[in-house]
Amino acid sequence: MQGSLSRDVIATVIVTAILLWIMPLLIGTYTLTVLVIYGMLGLSLGLIWGFGGILCFGQAAFFGLGAYTYAIAAINIGESTLPMILAVLVPAIFAALLGAMMFYGRLTDVYLGVITLVVTLILFKFMNSTAGPQYVIGNARMGGFNGIPGFQTLNVPGDPGAYIWGDAYFYVCAVALAIVFLLVSALLRSSFGRIAVGIRENETRMSLMGYDVRARKTVLFSTGAAIAGLAGALFANWGEIVTPNLFSLGQSAEIIIWCIVGGLGTRLGPILGAAGLAYVKFLLGQQHLIDNTLILGLILVLFVLFLPRGIVPALVSLWRISFGRRPLGRIHQARRSRNRERLHG
Amino acid sequence: MAEIVLETRALTMRFGGVTAADNVNFRLRARELRCLIGPNGAGKSTFFKCVTGLQTPTEGQVYMRGHDTTHWMPHQIASLGVGIKMQTPSVMDNLTVHENIWLAARRFHPPEEANRKTAEMIERLALGPIARNALGQLAHGERQRVELGLVAVGDPWLVLLDEPAAGMSAEDVERMTGIIHELNKTAAIVIVEHDMQFIRSIAEVVTVFHQGAVLMEDHVDRVMADPQVRNVYLGKKA
Ligand SMILES: Nc1ncnc2c1ncn2[C@@H]1O[C@H](COP(=O)(O)OP(=O)(O)OP(=O)(O)O)[C@@H](O)[C@H]1O
Ligand SMILES: [Mg+2]
Repeated sequence: MQGSLSRDVIATVIVTAILLWIMPLLIGTYTLTVLVIYGMLGLSLGLIWGFGGILCFGQAAFFGLGAYTYAIAAINIGESTLPMILAVLVPAIFAALLGAMMFYGRLTDVYLGVITLVVTLILFKFMNSTAGPQYVIGNARMGGFNGIPGFQTLNVPGDPGAYIWGDAYFYVCAVALAIVFLLVSALLRSSFGRIAVGIRENETRMSLMGYDVRARKTVLFSTGAAIAGLAGALFANWGEIVTPNLFSLGQSAEIIIWCIVGGLGTRLGPILGAAGLAYVKFLLGQQHLIDNTLILGLILVLFVLFLPRGIVPALVSLWRISFGRRPLGRIHQARRSRNRERLHG
Repeated sequence: MAEIVLETRALTMRFGGVTAADNVNFRLRARELRCLIGPNGAGKSTFFKCVTGLQTPTEGQVYMRGHDTTHWMPHQIASLGVGIKMQTPSVMDNLTVHENIWLAARRFHPPEEANRKTAEMIERLALGPIARNALGQLAHGERQRVELGLVAVGDPWLVLLDEPAAGMSAEDVERMTGIIHELNKTAAIVIVEHDMQFIRSIAEVVTVFHQGAVLMEDHVDRVMADPQVRNVYLGKKA
């Protein structure tokens, strides 16, 4: 990554401030809030998949787990600070255990995908089956497919009566996303992040250099789950209800599509992909002429065909071609000679 | 005599009916430079993979500086201070030369020290002009050179190189020979090679593999003159 962390901080603060000022003039804050939350969810998968090479088909599981943890803890505790912390910790611990099992068991990527998918399915089925009165945690009834409504929503830390809602809640979510974005940036610039990228590129080489690939992948996987969990808790507060649909495979698939469309291997891509596609879905939801999953599917196909690396990498290339120091000819040349190698190698 | 840093006892590796390594007893002393030769399929790479933990031998043991490393994983063995290059080039193709070498250096040094070591290694390998290029864009010989850099930058005390000179230009081989000699001041080195000229220029003791087993182990001149070796390896009738 180019530049330094302090430049990241300055750029993020400026861009966030501008967006906080302009966006509410264009879109209602209630809708914006959920776009921001989806952006955070997209970033969570973008981190582990784009930079760690871990394709998780069950990122929705951690999102849902965060939301449920928040709801259950908020009902039992009341004040929202500890429930927020738990909503980050529980998915992180769950992912650490699941990840350790998968990575230490030396599962190949395909099985990793299958297992994360199955875990999501199991959670979905389980949450749906908890309608009976025997499914209670403390004072919280799980509620089956109806989910859990009526929990304490976010309050000013220490003051359970001071709810944060409406516009203020939007600003809290946006600032949370900016902070998570900066933490991810710092992580990626640290030795840990650079080593994670090395592992994405060539696991065998990195282990022959002395890195414990299993442990590092487990930690990264768990970090991604923590971010997804935070997004889940923010989502619970936004919707004021949690339902098993949070764990649906459709949700998991959408997160993957966000990352592909936005651009893997970038920090901004998954955020923009998530917010953009979620907004498109929102707009489509207001009409009933065309099925909106059809449109989303079409968008994905078009991207895979014409912009396979996603929006952000394409914009970066465009920027480099237009304003960069490197002349266009050399890029083409390099690519051509690489293709030639591929043909003859 | 110097301490034994690498030893295998009755190391055997079978793949179904094929015995790729057959009862190999191998000893290497500190700061020794050993070449392994043998015809294609003799089991040299299999022996390497068993020693580096990429494969677990069917029978026998591997010892490194007194540790029984037979069932260790590659990263544990590398962490002891063993630099490894396998036969097929293995690098991070989408990362720059600098990043590749830095990642190797960082394993054994704190960040600042790793930066310094990386700069030194890039200088030593004459990779300066291409330090910010991704490895995927480089020529084969340059990638080989970078991989040698990855191995050397961790200051290993044992270096295992499987066909490091393959596909290199004469100039590259010469530079590599210099680096190997320098490494050899502090490290024991095992090199698998087919290039006889290179072996003559660098080796003293040579171990000959044939059909998984050690056929002969002696000074390079005597090995090259041996009729049996010439027969199996060079394909010439004595
Ligand atoms: N994973 C494997 N499964 C089955 N057979 C294998 C495997 N790896 C190696 N072999 C066989 O073991 C024998 C030794 O192979 P190896 O690669 O060790 O030879 P080598 O001496 O390195 O040859 P070369 O000089 O061509 O690199 C060969 O007959 C090979 O086909
Ligand atoms: Mg070989």
